[in-house]
Amino acid sequence: MNQPTDFLYIAIILISIGIYGLVVKRNALRLIFSIELIANAVNLVIIAFSRMLPSPQGQVFVLFSIAISAAEVAVGLGIIIVAYRFYKDIDVTEYKNLKN
Amino acid sequence: MVDSIFIGLSVITIGSAILSLESRELLYGGIALAISMLGIAGYFIILDAPFVAMFQIAVYVGAVAVLIIFTVMLVRAPNTVTKKETRKRKVAGILLGLSFLVLAGSILGNSAATQLKFNDTVPVFDVQAIGKELMTYYSPVLIVLALTLAAAVIGALALARREDIEERNEPAN
Repeated sequence: MNQPTDFLYIAIILISIGIYGLVVKRNALRLIFSIELIANAVNLVIIAFSRMLPSPQGQVFVLFSIAISAAEVAVGLGIIIVAYRFYKDIDVTEYKNLKN
Repeated sequence: MVDSIFIGLSVITIGSAILSLESRELLYGGIALAISMLGIAGYFIILDAPFVAMFQIAVYVGAVAVLIIFTVMLVRAPNTVTKKETRKRKVAGILLGLSFLVLAGSILGNSAATQLKFNDTVPVFDVQAIGKELMTYYSPVLIVLALTLAAAVIGALALARREDIEERNEPAN
C-alpha cells in the first residue's frame, strides 16, 4: 500500500518541473503549461492529505481549486491571443510595452 | 512500499510533464499536458476520490486541453525553440528546479511526515458527503465560484474581441 509521502514526492517533482519551465521557457503558452503543472501538484497534495485524515473537505477544496484554475486558464489564453494580435509573437521577451 | 500501478502512473505523469515543456511542437506539448492531467486523475482514483478524478478529467482534459489546443492553432507560433532560451537561462532553470527538488525532498524525508499512514480501517467517504458539504457549509463559496467563472468567461470574451471588425460592420447596420 502506498504511503502519503509517495504522493508528496511526486508533487515535489512536478513542482520542480514547473519551476524549471517558468524560469527557462519564454513562450507564453509554455508558461501557462508550467503554472498548470504546479496547480495540479498542489491539488494532488491536498487530496493525499484528505485521504489520510480522512475528510471529504479536502475534495471540496480541490473542486474549487480546479474550477478557479480553469477560469485562470481562460483569461490567460485570452490575454495571449490579444498579445499575439499586437506583437505577432507569443514570446514574452518581445512584449516590450510592459517594461518600464 | 509502492505498487506497480503507482510506478506506472508516476512514469506517465512525470514523463509527459517533461514532454509538455520540452517537445518541439507546441501542439504536442498541449496534448502531453492533457496526458499528464490524466495521470493526476489516476492518482485521485488511487486515493479514493473518484468524483474529483472525473471532475479533473472533465475540466482539464475536456475543457482546458481543448482550449489550449485551439489557442495553439490560432496563434500559429512560428518557432518553438527560440534563441531567447539562452544557455545561461537554461542552466539557471535546471539549478533552481533541482535545488527546490533536493531541498523539499530532504525536508520531507527528515520530517515526521514519513511516519504518516493512510487510514484503511474507516469506510471510504462517498459522493453524498461531498454534495452535503457543497450544499450546506460551502454554499456561499459555490455561489461566489459561479460568479467568478462567469466573470472570467465574460472577461476572456471581452479581451479577445476584435474592435476593427466591429467598426467595419457598423455602417452596414
